[in-house]
Formats: sequence, structure tokens, C-alpha cells
Amino acid sequence: MLPIKQGKFAIALVCVVLGIMLAIQFRTTQDIGSSIPYQRVEDLSQRLNQTEKERDELMKQVEELKRTSGAEAASKEFETIKMGAGIVAVQGSGIIVTIDDSKRPSKPGENPNLYLIHDDDILKVINELWAAGAEAISINEQRLIASSEVRCAGPTLSVNNLRYSPPYEIRVIGEPTTLENSLKMRGGVIETLQFWGIQVSIKQQDKVQVPAYKGAFRFEFAKPIQEGEH
Amino acid sequence: MILAVTAGLVIGLIIGSVFPITVPLEYAKFMSVALLASLDSVFGGLRAGAEEKFDNTVFITGFFMNSLMAAGLVYIGDRLGIDLYYVALLAFGLRIFQNLAIIRRYFLKK
Repeated sequence: MLPIKQGKFAIALVCVVLGIMLAIQFRTTQDIGSSIPYQRVEDLSQRLNQTEKERDELMKQVEELKRTSGAEAASKEFETIKMGAGIVAVQGSGIIVTIDDSKRPSKPGENPNLYLIHDDDILKVINELWAAGAEAISINEQRLIASSEVRCAGPTLSVNNLRYSPPYEIRVIGEPTTLENSLKMRGGVIETLQFWGIQVSIKQQDKVQVPAYKGAFRFEFAKPIQEGEH
Repeated sequence: MILAVTAGLVIGLIIGSVFPITVPLEYAKFMSVALLASLDSVFGGLRAGAEEKFDNTVFITGFFMNSLMAAGLVYIGDRLGIDLYYVALLAFGLRIFQNLAIIRRYFLKK
């Protein structure tokens, strides 16, 4: 045997500490091993859920298409196209965003332009809203369509070739919370605008009405391509 | 002798598994180095005992200082972007095997 007489107690004590450390280390290693696959499982199950939902929706769509006759389907498609083009007034849940110029007096020597709303501010807001899944947007009763412009015209804003002055009311149809969060996110549009004191208020509503585009479509240069002709 | 070691280890393991202590993931590295350092100290102590050079104070202080210093060094290395972790692992691992070999020889001589 090892000839230790005096150190028994010390060795026992040290071994106790060593044992505690070993147990802790063992548990920590187990935690590391078990926590990562767990996250992965969560991730995968979420994806599965999403895919299943998508599948159900597609099945429903298939059934619907099967059920409705060709003419009905065509008329429904026509309705959707009209809605997409913005020539029918639509309503649904969404938000109303009101933007007004800054009430803060500009400091001497500072560019007062910074405290006014410009076309790019509005464009940023609208871009964010489209990205958040907005289905229809209007600015001060002007429905935004594919060819709508938002442009500075002196102190006013030109939308669909009509001029508007602040405050601007943007009506949006879409998932209200998503829309609101898309604007309010950190470092997002509203944070930037509010830095200059521009007033932005967002109201969620169950029923937002977005008017139809009232202008005419003019195609001088564009012509549809016939099938087979490329 | 062996009795003291096993009794201590068993008591420590029981205490460690009864109390729900865990180390946060970011400190797991330091914990493992400290553990290796203390293992090294214990084997060093056993070897010293085999050579009949065992000193209580040296052993106890060595045990705690070694593990704390190892963890501290790895922490500093982490801050400086030098991976001292692997260096510590290598150094302590080598020493543990050396000590083990010497202890084994003592057993064989008996």
C-alpha cells in the first residue's frame, strides 16, 4: 500500500471537492448534449406545423377549384385580379397610420427640411408595409396601384398625380399586428422619423376601408405579348 | 489510503448530484480545466505519497491554487484571444499520465 499516514484527511477532503466538481461537470456536459438537439426538435416541429398548414390550405384550394365550374372560377379570378389592380374599393382588418410634420421648432442653423415629411419617408413606410404583407394601401383617399407615384411636389406630396399636404393618412389592409410591428420595430422607420419629431400615430382597426383607384389606365407604349410570340 | 480516496470521491459525487448545481454553458470550459487541474493535483499528491515526500500544506494549497489558476489563465486567454484552453489540457493531461506511470511503478515494485 502507499505509505501515507499523515495526509489521509487532506486527501479525503480533496477527493470530496473533486467528486463535487466531477458531478457538476458531468451534469453540465449532459446539459450541453441534451439542449442542442432539443432546440433542433423544436425548430423541426415548428417547420412541420407550418408545412402541414400550407398543405391543408392547398388541399382546400384544390377542392374548391374542383367544385366550382370553370366559369365560376374564372369570374372569381377576375374579381381577384380587379382587387389586385386596385379598381374596386376593399375593406378588412388593418391599420391607419397618420403622419404629420414635426411641431418641434428647428434650431437656428439647422436645416428645417429635416423636420418635414418627404416623399422618401412615406416611401419607406409604404415599402415596409408591403413587405409586412399589406394587401391594399391608400394615401389620403388615393389607392396605391402598380403605377402610383409618391413624390415631393414643393411643400406637398403628389400621389396618383394629385397633390396632398400633411397630415397624411395611410390606410392599410392586412394583418394588423404584423403591420404595426413592422413599422415599430427597433431601428425601423418610425424610430427614425420620431428622431426628427415627426408625428406618427398607428391605429389598429377591424374594419379599414380602402377606396378604389379612380383614374384611368393608359397604355401608349406597352402592348400585350401574344402567346407563342417572344 | 485507497479507502480515503474512494470514500471522499463517493461523498463528493453524492453531494454534487444531490445539490442541483450547474455551471452556465459559457463557463463550462473553465470548469473542465479546473477539474483537470485538480485531478492532476490529486495524482501528484498520490505520487508524492508513494515517494514518501507527501506534505499536507503543499498538497492542499496546490490543489486549490492549481485549479483556480488554470481556470483564471484560460479566462485571460479567452479575453486575449489566445486559446490557452488547449495548452492547459495538454499540459495537465501529460502530467496526469506521467504521475500515473510513476504510481504504477511503485505498485509494481511492491
